[in-house]
Amino acid sequence: MTADTLEALADAEAATVEVHDVHKWYGTHRVLNGVDLTVRPGEVTVILGPSGSGKSTLLRVINHLEKPEIGYVSINGELIGVKRHGERLKELSERAILTQRGQIGFVFQNFNLFPHLTVLDNVAAAPVATGKLEKPEAQKLARELLDRVGLADKTGAYPRQLSGGQQQRVAIARALALRPGVILFDEPTSALDPELVGEVLSVIKDLATSGTTLVIVTHEIGFAREIADRVVFIDGGKIIEQGPPSEVLDTPRHERTRDFLSKVL
Amino acid sequence: MSEPPGATVTLADAPTTDEPSKALTAQRVLPLRRPGRWIATAVVLVLVAQFVHGLVTNPFYQWDRWSYWFLRPTILDGLLITLQVTAYSAVLGLVGGILLALARLSKSPVLRAVSWTYVWALRSVPLIVVLIFLYNFSALYKTLSVGIPFGPALFSFDESRLATDMVVAVVGLSLNEAAYAAEVVRGGILSVDQGQHEAAAALGLPKGYQFRRIVFPQALRSIIPNYVNQLIGLIKGTSLVFYVSLLDLFGSAQTMGSTYPGDIVPLLLVVTVWYLILTSVVSVVQFYVERYYARGATRSLPPTPLQKLRTGLTDLRARIRREAAV
Ligand SMILES: Nc1ncnc2c1ncn2[C@@H]1O[C@H](COP(=O)(O)OP(=O)(O)OP(=O)(O)O)[C@@H](O)[C@H]1O
Ligand SMILES: [Mg+2]
Repeated sequence: MTADTLEALADAEAATVEVHDVHKWYGTHRVLNGVDLTVRPGEVTVILGPSGSGKSTLLRVINHLEKPEIGYVSINGELIGVKRHGERLKELSERAILTQRGQIGFVFQNFNLFPHLTVLDNVAAAPVATGKLEKPEAQKLARELLDRVGLADKTGAYPRQLSGGQQQRVAIARALALRPGVILFDEPTSALDPELVGEVLSVIKDLATSGTTLVIVTHEIGFAREIADRVVFIDGGKIIEQGPPSEVLDTPRHERTRDFLSKVL
Repeated sequence: MSEPPGATVTLADAPTTDEPSKALTAQRVLPLRRPGRWIATAVVLVLVAQFVHGLVTNPFYQWDRWSYWFLRPTILDGLLITLQVTAYSAVLGLVGGILLALARLSKSPVLRAVSWTYVWALRSVPLIVVLIFLYNFSALYKTLSVGIPFGPALFSFDESRLATDMVVAVVGLSLNEAAYAAEVVRGGILSVDQGQHEAAAALGLPKGYQFRRIVFPQALRSIIPNYVNQLIGLIKGTSLVFYVSLLDLFGSAQTMGSTYPGDIVPLLLVVTVWYLILTSVVSVVQFYVERYYARGATRSLPPTPLQKLRTGLTDLRARIRREAAV
């Protein structure tokens, strides 16, 4: 494999994400209440909202870790987790859903690295397991990605031997290894000590400028202002308002947004 | 301030130590002396010495007869049978246990019910009953065949009586072992963090890969100690195959004992020592297997006994040198 193809693997084609009228219940508790959202290729969307407003649930619906009861999600026009069946939507097989997840990177609040695998294997596992790359190529790609997040010297370490910030950067490299069209971040820095937040945010900033589509749930308002193309404010499972950070963060139109911002700022 | 008197201790009240704090930096910390521990150690050592002395000198044990029997071909043949039955049953039992655990954790209510019922039934019936039941069953059906249900047989066993007895023993022990192994494996799988399942699913790893490479290796950390416990029980449980006329280690000793009634005690000691050797080997293997699967679970691996000995000696030497210097 040449350096060019590896480069191509590392930088994926940015995807469009469409969330269409999604409703989600847990029992009788309605968590998402008709969410519509379009994220254009290369756009950085930051989702804000109070605790329990459904932010994590929305991200998990996008990669179909949760099934919506009503509505659907599509990536580059391809339905996620379901297929059209006449007038209705029918659930896909688990195998097909797993394949689709290759287009969607997910970075968890608690990193969720595989503790029994080295850092290199954590990153190289998915491309090999899904049959996208042979092992030597996957490891080469993993080395490059780890270099990109500033961890070239940690390839042989195990996750628990790393700091939280380093672990989260490995998790980002792991998400990148499948060459996803979009990466979803669920509060990527809220499990970190304050002095480690910066190193993770700077990696995300790098991704943002390189043109990957990103959807980020975060409480870092300053960071949102800096990198977001669009800020989406959610409350009670509904999008209350959205727009460029200068509008939503500086001149919010809704009472609830103002209320929330006055609490977190 | 409304604090009760005595609740705060100001610096001026604190007892002044005889050394000012700046001198403390250079002080060597003396290890705490524990006289109680030394006394307990001495008492235990005396008791152990008495026990060993009795074991060696008491004519009741007939150590000369013991050495006569220890490596006799009949005993070694029995040992071989024990090892074979244990090995087959341990492997089959574990495989069965994994399948049962997966069925129990599956989304299908039928599989869950079948698995639960199996474990319930096999854990309720004594192993000896299972063995004797199978033994009579095998006498009833002279040939045992494996094949498609209600369809043609793929292969069948009806060779020598020994082979059949062996099959009965292994099947009986494996059926029993699988029921216990199922719970051990299930507990291990449940001990793996939910985040691991989610991360594997989010990466789109194929289902089989998720289980084999992500979940199961982590589950093994809690499976191994429990399964080894199970395995040691199994090694000793094989002594029951004597009742289905298979001459294992215990069975051979038992048979010899009825021929040479005077040698029963040394024969039992021969059996005891062999079982001790087997469980010791298993324990040593367990240590290294556990160490292997501990990779990544702790920041650094526990030292091997050899490494411990080496650092122990180095520490001791350093300490002696230090004491000498003072
Ligand atoms: N598996 C579940 N079963 C039942 N209720 C759930 C489940 N997961 C989430 N919820 C509920 O759904 C609501 C939305 O949860 P979600 O995790 O999406 O909130 P969030 O906006 O991410 O909050 P936070 O900022 O605290 O992470 C909450 O009220 C939560 O209690
Ligand atoms: Mg959340």
